[in-house]
Amino acid sequence: MELLFGNQKVVEADVPQQSGEQQLTVAAAMAWARDNLLTERPELFMKGSSVRPGVLVLVNDTDWELCGELEAAVADGDRVTFISTLHGG
Amino acid sequence: MSSSEELQRLRAENEALRAELAALKRSQQPPAAQAPAAAPAANGGGAACPAFAPWDGMHHGLDKEQISRYSRQIILHSFGVQAQARLCRGSVLIIGAGGLGSPAALYLAAAGVGRLGIVDRDVVELSNIHRQVIHKEASVGVHKALSAAEACRALNSSILVETYLEGLKPDNAVELISEYDVIVDASDNAPTRYLISDACCVARRPLVSGAAIGTDGQLTVYCHGEDGPCYRCLFPESPAAGNCARCVDAGVLGVVPGVIGTLQALEAVKLLSGVGDTLSRRLLAIDCAAGRFHSVKLRAKSPACIACGTSPTITAATLPSYDYAAFTGQAAANDAAPAPLQLIPRGERITPRELQQRLAAEPGALVLDVRPLEQFNICHLPGAMHTPYKYFDRHLDAIRTRLGASAAAQPATAAGAANAAAAGDTAAEQNGTDTASSPPFYVVCRRGNDSQRALAALRRAGISQGIDVVGGMEGWAREVDTSFPTY
Repeated sequence: MELLFGNQKVVEADVPQQSGEQQLTVAAAMAWARDNLLTERPELFMKGSSVRPGVLVLVNDTDWELCGELEAAVADGDRVTFISTLHGG
Repeated sequence: MSSSEELQRLRAENEALRAELAALKRSQQPPAAQAPAAAPAANGGGAACPAFAPWDGMHHGLDKEQISRYSRQIILHSFGVQAQARLCRGSVLIIGAGGLGSPAALYLAAAGVGRLGIVDRDVVELSNIHRQVIHKEASVGVHKALSAAEACRALNSSILVETYLEGLKPDNAVELISEYDVIVDASDNAPTRYLISDACCVARRPLVSGAAIGTDGQLTVYCHGEDGPCYRCLFPESPAAGNCARCVDAGVLGVVPGVIGTLQALEAVKLLSGVGDTLSRRLLAIDCAAGRFHSVKLRAKSPACIACGTSPTITAATLPSYDYAAFTGQAAANDAAPAPLQLIPRGERITPRELQQRLAAEPGALVLDVRPLEQFNICHLPGAMHTPYKYFDRHLDAIRTRLGASAAAQPATAAGAANAAAAGDTAAEQNGTDTASSPPFYVVCRRGNDSQRALAALRRAGISQGIDVVGGMEGWAREVDTSFPTY
């Protein structure tokens, strides 16, 4: 996954809040990362407005499905992690 | 009856039973062992201490040899004799005798798991051994399941090791998995991973899933407990085939699957023995390059899951006909070379032997090598220009410059013209950027697919000469120079 982000595994970023939005969501943070941090091949990161199949999204080390998926709230200091499932052995 | 009479009667009964037991033991011993056993009796040693009854077990089922062999984990406060007895009674199926399966099988055999099953369908290759440490140099060419089983038996002759040489397939998966208590996914490809997970859902078996590539690894337990998810709960849609890196293409640091496979053995031991907290609903991601272990919390099983949900469509009846290759868009044969493409017309492709002849005849010829840097650094043809396919667009200008510079330094030769003619390249005459004075150039990769893709990209960029080399550098090593390394 870091190959898509200039080989950086951890990026600290100030994600601007959309005007009119009450709270930053994972969906908005993801779209921002695609537009501002991604260095290549956006199709390996996202499919439509969500992540591509085979990528697990975590908010503060918890599966995003337990926090509301795309609508999960992201606050200052939160960590959003993308893990690509591996098949090698 | 007085108490002394009672005591006498019990002693007599005890003696009689002991004699009966000794007779039974003698009759069960193999013939070879009977002679030495008789020796102490001849010395009178056998009846020296009639007051002590021989130790006859404590209903945990472990004999003296097992207690001695596993003593260091039996005396462990958190493990103990009952946990060891469950291991010795238990069974584990290891699917894949590769980088993950090697340490998993060795540790499970050493730990005393009573019955191990090993599934694989490949033979050992020299390029496997840096990580697949269960196999030896002498095992190259031997079936991996047989080689692994032999190593396990050499480590622990008291356990049963079974082998399955056909690999796991939809029509045998549920039956095979049902015969074991715990399943270890040590496979190396997406279709097999979905098949194993589905079959574990159907057979209701806990699944220890591990994966490793490059310097990264992952580990979790699926299909376990009340709410443990399966692989499909997490990834209902398979990633596109192009998004799945393979060890044969992307490489893997040997120790990394070793770490994950060892942790898989640990999870299997915990599941069988009932000791400790397993990684159900947790994923351990390890970044060996950074030295970081990271455990994250996973979702519960999904009621909508087609394998383990409330109304599954994948069942014992439907699984055998499920098309895993179609679902994942890739075949289960993971280490195999990709099927050869035919993108570039045959007239614009030459064999490695033809390339050798042309390079000898055309001193100004240029070779473009489009393999990744790591592969280019292993071996390449003298003077080859490195323009990796992955970032091919970035090299287009450099290629144009090089072609122009070579053209200036080496005006059109007869060989160059012959090359253009052989290529049937009529577009060259029509395109202003391509002049007949450009030197002949040839595009090579590992096996001959990426070189065609690169040539197609050159065509799109308006460079219409260039010849593809069928079979790439592997073909060169086969046909021209057998001392040229392959990997």
